[in-house]
Amino acid sequence: MTDSVQIGGDAVLTPRTEALRARLRLVAMALVPVVGALVLSGLVLLALGVNPLAYYSYVVERGLLSPYGVQATLTRMAPLLLIASGLIVAFRAGIWNLGGDGQFLLSAVVVAALAPLLIHVLPDWATLVVCLVVGAAVGAAWSVLPALLKAYQGVNEIITTLMMTFLGVSFANVLVKLAFRDPATTVPQTRTLAVADRLPRLFDTTISSGLLIGLAAIILVHLVMTRTAFGLKLRIVGANPRAAIHAGLPVPALTVAVFAISAALSGLGGAVEILGVQGNVRADWNPAYSLTVVPLVFLARFNGFASIAFVFLFSVLSIGGESAARRTGVPNFFTLVVVAILLVMLGITEYLDQRRRAAGK
Amino acid sequence: MSALFTEAFLTSLILGALTAGLPLLLAGLGEQISEKAGVLNIGIEGMMLIGAYVGFLIAYETGSIWLGFLGGGVGGMAVALLMAIFCVRLGLSQIVIGIALTLGAEGLTALLHHFQFAQSYPRLPAVETLAIPGLSSIPAIGPALFNRPPIVYLAILAVPFVAYVFRSTQLGLALQAAGDKPAALDAAGVDVVRVRTFAVLTTGFLAGIGGAFMAEVGAGIFIPFMTNGAGFIGIVLAMLARGKPLWVLLGALLFGACLSITTALQVAGVDIPTDVIQMLPFAAVLAILVLFGRRASLPPALGLHYVRGAR
Repeated sequence: MTDSVQIGGDAVLTPRTEALRARLRLVAMALVPVVGALVLSGLVLLALGVNPLAYYSYVVERGLLSPYGVQATLTRMAPLLLIASGLIVAFRAGIWNLGGDGQFLLSAVVVAALAPLLIHVLPDWATLVVCLVVGAAVGAAWSVLPALLKAYQGVNEIITTLMMTFLGVSFANVLVKLAFRDPATTVPQTRTLAVADRLPRLFDTTISSGLLIGLAAIILVHLVMTRTAFGLKLRIVGANPRAAIHAGLPVPALTVAVFAISAALSGLGGAVEILGVQGNVRADWNPAYSLTVVPLVFLARFNGFASIAFVFLFSVLSIGGESAARRTGVPNFFTLVVVAILLVMLGITEYLDQRRRAAGK
Repeated sequence: MSALFTEAFLTSLILGALTAGLPLLLAGLGEQISEKAGVLNIGIEGMMLIGAYVGFLIAYETGSIWLGFLGGGVGGMAVALLMAIFCVRLGLSQIVIGIALTLGAEGLTALLHHFQFAQSYPRLPAVETLAIPGLSSIPAIGPALFNRPPIVYLAILAVPFVAYVFRSTQLGLALQAAGDKPAALDAAGVDVVRVRTFAVLTTGFLAGIGGAFMAEVGAGIFIPFMTNGAGFIGIVLAMLARGKPLWVLLGALLFGACLSITTALQVAGVDIPTDVIQMLPFAAVLAILVLFGRRASLPPALGLHYVRGAR
């Protein structure tokens, strides 16, 4: 940088280079845990007698470099982005909505039951729109109880949302097996939405247009949370609820609103997964996306754009990992290990960074 | 409906409640110790799962059920050690690390199970029971309550023991203070970090034994993801019990009954889909939270990292 000046050995940086450095530091702080986690997970593979380099290169090749793989990866991102945007709203407002899996799955089941019926009554586009709205509404409905308990009784939402998730997963199964079961099949599953009636694909690829919905949602959420008065209010509630009450903010109402928005986005994720990819729900299907997205959102420090990057990385790992499971015999559970190590590495990086800064000052 | 009141039904219901409830009791009791000391332990599910895997493996390889429990406890403690290092020493977010440990334990045990047993699911022989003379011959209740593996009696004896420690010992006082007013404890010359580390490790040990019990006694087999939310129910039990170990025991038996009622109903010849039954314990938790939510109490410093001298 030519415009930085040296005085007495101490670098005095102009604001611009300072900002650049701050940004680089953030990028480095995100990359270091990722690389570290991949190395440590590689050691786990090594211990299991699998060549980590072979595994990783296979994952990258299958998840990122093959035309089929990259399309599958981008399609996988759609529900994950919606879940991530829901989590960002909640976490920024200091509310631990850990019930995303229940909200996602119930919405998926209701949409899967509704869409094949509606398609005979309504035009295609109207069916899709109605189903997306219903999906969001079902997700939001599944958060009403935790929201009210948190807002008016002060009951810890970590517990209530987790309980609602377990309840929702079983309830979804009951619905699939008893109420919405397709009588034409022997395995318990809902009726199937024909491929032609699903969310349109992008251009000439197999990428679902759900990706666009997901990207729009997460960017919108990012801008609302960082640039608008509403977002600021939520962040104040998150940073210090007591101060928020003193500032005259309607904390209970905002809490309920946060739950509703967050859960509606998770529910939308379920709707998009059914309308764009699955077409139906089989009994006992539970991808458990939400609890795996939680770490990614943390890793991105609740930043929407960084979340997109981490969701992409996770999609590559999970799509590539699915192929690798068939080829190299490493089951998909391995991605869970990677995510866990990633989280721990993130924590350590953050801790070291804090210490470094504390020592520098 | 008359089949519901037969001796066989009653015996299988009590037996089921005890078998399904014991891991919840150990998890809840452990979580209570952590929470008392101010650490919200979301990773308890992971500790149970590692305990289940290690406990099963050791019992399977050595043929000793006791070594299995010990191994399960130590396994859970190893996970708890990570929690203690990251959350108590370094002050990282207890929720993030808790989720990480649970996810990691899920992935790791499923992975190890896959590589070790491939698709076969080896089984342990049935665990020997210890009949308490006299009591075990009471009809219906006797065989269900007083003819159980010795670990069951030990776990139940742990309840009054923990209650005694909480109420009447220095250690109990220190645990309580670490959760309520860590600064005061510090001022009294007790190392808060050490107290909390002790609490978290104890939690891991108990949760690990709880997991081992699930695999060794409850199922006789290790299945990936087999804890299926038991750790989270343990957290709820600890919260609702408000620091009273006896309430954890009662809650654990209640949830155990919910979890095991399917088997009992099958014995009685009533056919209800298992998914409906599986909703019961979680619906029960929510019902209790709706009714008594305001009264579920948590220590003031729960979830907060304590830094010496910081305000």
